Amino acid sequence: MALEKITQVAGRGVYVPGDDLDTDRIIPARFMKCITFDGLGEFAFYDARAFAKADGQIHPLDDERFQGASILLSGSNFGCGSSREHAPQALYRFGIRAIIAESFAEIFFGNSITLGMPCVVASGENIRAMAKLIESDPAAILTLDLTEKKISIADTDFPINIAAHAHEALVAGRWDAIADLLEDLDAVKSRAAALPYMAA
Amino acid sequence: MSKTLLDKVWEAHTVRTLPNGATQLLIGTHLIHEVTSPQAFGMLRDLGLKVLYPHRTFATVDHIVPTDERVEPFSDDLADAMIKALRKNCADNGITFFDLPTGKQGIVHIVGPEQGITQPGTTIACGDSHTSTHGAFGAIAFGIGTSQVRDVLATQTMALHKPKVRRVEVNGKLAPGVYAKDVILHIIRKLGVNGGLGYAYEFAGSTFDAFTQEERMTVCNMSIEGGARVGYVNPDNTTFEYLKGRPYSPKGSEWDAAVTRWKATASDPDAKYDDVVTYNAAEIAPTVTWGINPGQAIFIHENVPSINEVPEKDRATAEEALAHMNLKAGAPIKGTKVDVAFLGSCTNGRLSDLQEVARHIKGRKVRNGVKAIVVPGSQGVASVAESMGLAEIFRDAGFEWRGAGCSMCLGMNPDKLVDNQLCASSSNRNFKGRQGSPTGRTVLMSPLMVAAAAVTGEIADAREVFGVN
Repeated sequence: MALEKITQVAGRGVYVPGDDLDTDRIIPARFMKCITFDGLGEFAFYDARAFAKADGQIHPLDDERFQGASILLSGSNFGCGSSREHAPQALYRFGIRAIIAESFAEIFFGNSITLGMPCVVASGENIRAMAKLIESDPAAILTLDLTEKKISIADTDFPINIAAHAHEALVAGRWDAIADLLEDLDAVKSRAAALPYMAA
Repeated sequence: MSKTLLDKVWEAHTVRTLPNGATQLLIGTHLIHEVTSPQAFGMLRDLGLKVLYPHRTFATVDHIVPTDERVEPFSDDLADAMIKALRKNCADNGITFFDLPTGKQGIVHIVGPEQGITQPGTTIACGDSHTSTHGAFGAIAFGIGTSQVRDVLATQTMALHKPKVRRVEVNGKLAPGVYAKDVILHIIRKLGVNGGLGYAYEFAGSTFDAFTQEERMTVCNMSIEGGARVGYVNPDNTTFEYLKGRPYSPKGSEWDAAVTRWKATASDPDAKYDDVVTYNAAEIAPTVTWGINPGQAIFIHENVPSINEVPEKDRATAEEALAHMNLKAGAPIKGTKVDVAFLGSCTNGRLSDLQEVARHIKGRKVRNGVKAIVVPGSQGVASVAESMGLAEIFRDAGFEWRGAGCSMCLGMNPDKLVDNQLCASSSNRNFKGRQGSPTGRTVLMSPLMVAAAAVTGEIADAREVFGVN
């Protein structure tokens, strides 16, 4: 099961500001009543987008200027809350292919890497600077370079960080662990056999 | 020597190191439910794989199940499809399903422990972030996403990185009217909602030594709200007494051998921690949230923060929270009108929670205009509560007595808030839209505080309402 080696993600950007943007906001629970992940993309940030409309405003994800953006920028503790994989799935199916935030909640981070959607960290100051550049030229392409650990936009480079193991997994094409985990089931069985509570 | 419980359990379950440096960790017990499993079983079918250890996999239905009319087909087609999918997946794979007709159905984090499935020194995974609850038994328990559910089904392992350990000590005696729920809300207030990122929380100290297993579960349940994926309490006699005689607990000579092993999994007295924090139990008062994340919390007698009290970086979120909650900065939270009172959830839906409220609420009445519901955490809890006369006490007081499930904690079943109703809730999250209405408002608190809100129709000090001192 060969996975693509992910070393670079390029696309237009969209900034959804705010800290602690939680999984209930990313995908409200009422949209999780499904037995596949198909069609989840339209429900990403559903309520936040509806509120904005009701207030006569436009949520960044509905803003025409940022339509088709594939790199999402946000604040700290992004994706906090639930372990629901529906959250990164909704964003991925909305069209997002990479997220840049000040920090990520652990489970959301792990779920995203497993989907091959890099989550990288940048300082709040740099994120706001990138957001300004996107605002002034929504068509500008952001290039996330995982090898160089930077994001380039217009003529500016911003450093990014990503946990070593996730970095390794993405660039080596091992970001979905299932192949590795299946490799040595004998070793799994032998560990299990050593634990009394695992006995049938 | 010098090992934490995490060290010991991690070592005992390490299969090997994977190419990218992650550990392939054996997951001894896999709990599944209807929301995060269907896609995982689908992935298994696509990959042509089978469930590796069906006898180590246990299922229940909790998130979408109605708590009033539970006759199938459910009126919600999607919910009905989900329970049918789980039933079929379990039947096809030989997995034990604590289904509605078994009398053992309930919220997964209540069912595991009450069945004796949750045990010390084990690793546990479930596609739900409140899996941290099981750490109360000295297990290392992970909330996981659907792809990881697939990984555990197919390989009984996951690729994981060993967290650091922060020892969170609480010492001393809690004041009357202050509960385990207040302890964890206080800890999250102090350490922040992402303070635990990269850490497992070891809850310790004399307060925890004195806690019952149910109190320990309430605290461990909300580890994730503090950013710690894993939270645990070292197993001791309280743990062993709880487990003795339960359906899946070891029996006879196996019991004694198990207790010996379990005792050895506790952290060594000279264990090394990456961080240690200490709190004084006597300083904790009944705590309620005022905002839109569990860390935005105050004592009942305190005022909602004024904006300049909040650190600058948190001000935007604080303003958003105040606007959503329709609360005034700097004003008391006491007296805020309550529309709905919800007693239940994997945090506080256990027998002791119901007993504690029942003994105070007897003879009192839910205020006119307040919708109050009690949702026992499992059919087992409901059955014992009913035989003890608790259900009658709640009904006489004007609470609706419901069937077991996650219910109003996250509004995936018909129990939802309407419009901008404010709910006094014994659950674990107050995120915007959490309880099923985008404009709905959630205030988290202990079970007795929920009862006080139900009886007065406003956020109140339960100690005053019920004369607790």
